[in-house]
Amino acid sequence: MTEAAARREPGRAFGDLFRATEIDARLVGMLGALALIWVGVDVASGGAFLTPRNLWNLSVQTASVAVMAAGMVLVIVARHIDLSVGSILGVVGMIMGVTQAEFLPRYLGYEHALIWVVALAVGLLVGAAIGLLHGVIVAYLGVPAFIVTLGGLLVWRGCAWWITSGRTVAPMDDAFRRMGGGIEGSIGAGWTWIVALAAFAAIVWRTLHARRRRQKVGFALRPVWAEAIVAGLACLAVLSVVLVVNSYNLPPRVAERLAAARGLVVPPEGLAIAHGLAVPVLIAVGVAIVVTFLTQRTRFGRYVFALGGNPEAAELSGVDTRRVTVLVFVLMGTLCAVAAAISTARLNAATNAQGTLDELYVIAATVIGGTSLGGGLGTVAGAVLGALIMQSLQSGMVLMGLDTPLQNIVVGVVLVVAVWLDRLYRTRALKGGAA
Amino acid sequence: MSDARPPLVELRGMGISFGGVHAVDGVSLDLHGGEVVGLLGHNGAGKSTLIKMLSGAYRPDSGEIRIDGSLVAIHSPRDARSHGIETIYQTLALAENLDAAANLFLGRELRTIWGTLDDVAMEAETRTVMARLNPHFRKFKEPVRALSGGQRQAVAIARAIHFNARVLIMDEPTAALGPQETQQVADLIVQLKKEGIGIFLISHDIHDVFDLADRVAVMKNGRLVGTAPTRAVTKDEVLGMIILGTCPAAAKPGPGAVAADSG
Repeated sequence: MTEAAARREPGRAFGDLFRATEIDARLVGMLGALALIWVGVDVASGGAFLTPRNLWNLSVQTASVAVMAAGMVLVIVARHIDLSVGSILGVVGMIMGVTQAEFLPRYLGYEHALIWVVALAVGLLVGAAIGLLHGVIVAYLGVPAFIVTLGGLLVWRGCAWWITSGRTVAPMDDAFRRMGGGIEGSIGAGWTWIVALAAFAAIVWRTLHARRRRQKVGFALRPVWAEAIVAGLACLAVLSVVLVVNSYNLPPRVAERLAAARGLVVPPEGLAIAHGLAVPVLIAVGVAIVVTFLTQRTRFGRYVFALGGNPEAAELSGVDTRRVTVLVFVLMGTLCAVAAAISTARLNAATNAQGTLDELYVIAATVIGGTSLGGGLGTVAGAVLGALIMQSLQSGMVLMGLDTPLQNIVVGVVLVVAVWLDRLYRTRALKGGAA
Repeated sequence: MSDARPPLVELRGMGISFGGVHAVDGVSLDLHGGEVVGLLGHNGAGKSTLIKMLSGAYRPDSGEIRIDGSLVAIHSPRDARSHGIETIYQTLALAENLDAAANLFLGRELRTIWGTLDDVAMEAETRTVMARLNPHFRKFKEPVRALSGGQRQAVAIARAIHFNARVLIMDEPTAALGPQETQQVADLIVQLKKEGIGIFLISHDIHDVFDLADRVAVMKNGRLVGTAPTRAVTKDEVLGMIILGTCPAAAKPGPGAVAADSG
């Protein structure tokens, strides 16, 4: 809406065309900001940023916060907050660590095939249980989420320490470690292409399916060219990700060892075996898709947004707002456990300090991603993008050799400016809509 | 009102108090199908509170509710809806961040065979209902926040009438509307009445009610002053009921009526 208003004469035609595609203008703005950061940091770091290796690492580093940000969207949309996610990550990581490194091997032996499954299941259950506890206290006892999770921040961090009296638990089970990325935790070029083909198919199917549905009840359809452009852009995005992760090769020594293990002959010019997509990135994308589906296509998601928009109206419409609130926190706790698995696996250890300050990064990512702290507004895609922007800034500043205090200052300023810009955009968009 | 059938809605001895204050005290009132009962009284007289007990928003401390003569338990808005009782609240109770269709179907979404939300079907039905209420309405994709007062009102009304309501409660339905939109609501009330729906029309302004209501019921300080057929009383007499609590001869006095000799 703002496009046409901002640039009346020359911008008008473009604005109309843009609107026909029904692309979310906010998301485009965020992608623009991300591109700006990437190019800026790349130039400032002498070309060290936009390399397959760095981008691959960036994707892995973003995964854990992105997973939690997806859950935080629902928490904040429902007018709550969760300050305890970093501590939940810490305690769940510690429990999963102890389960696989100290408890299960006693009965199953080390590297038993079931260890990672049981450890992960225990973690997910504990995460969900913590979320359930938070949710029940918020919804049924009426203690504000800010306080409940502020208490949780201290309690769960304390528990993480208490489990092993502060001792770090290591190493993790080999199969479990795949969830953290690295050489073993990547799916290789072949599987990456298969995932990409599945993604292309899903994009095309979605486009056609939505069109058919609208046609059936006789709604206006998007012009075909607009559909094609949107689907094409989505496919292009998938393709570029694939090309990047498939051009980040394993170190030559590792590749040789791998080839030797499979009885392959190493050609004289050396082996080029690509990493492909990292498992944690797949997990994060999977989580984002599932939570997006929950928010857009299910009653639960609809109720979360209704609750955030007007709790009284939701209640009067017969929505069981307490139950919805509890479920939101259960989901948040479960996603903290997923993030804990990724982060513990990546570090190959469980430490009692794991996830410290993550609550701030998660909330910042969510808010930068356009989720309104007033409730009722937010998208998972935005939050994941917000996580990527935060991580890009941080990695970028490390590459540029900035000192940690300066990094913190920049991140803090960016957070405030991003939310201010979002506010400006929203106010204008609303005026445009009402006119 | 003399027919043998039991009334559509019967409220008997309804009472509720908040912090020791009797907001509603022993109110009995009935409503027949195809009848419009105007519920009048000052702000704070207990009209909205009484009606919220019927719509499930409040749980009464005492009293009973009968629908078609049989006792029902209404503990939540969901219960009320299941008895065909729909409410248009003064605040409209819309989630402003959601679009018209999401609001219309809030709490009873249409779903596909997969159990997912069927947004397309909901939008299609919304277009049909809204075409009847507000033919010029086009903003189906926009959040309710972006709608005008009259358009929001139309969404709230559409939500109440779309699900085969038998009892309609309208709390100050025209408070936020211009003259033309007020007339639209009046036309709608006449039409719904013809369809046999019983309507409680709540207002603090008797002019809103007088032309539309078959009967008026007046509350004061949480108690029923009395009820009267609208034809049998004058506006001044009803004003007397509202302000002084006196009951004219044509009215059936309630427990809240001031004794005739002291008035």
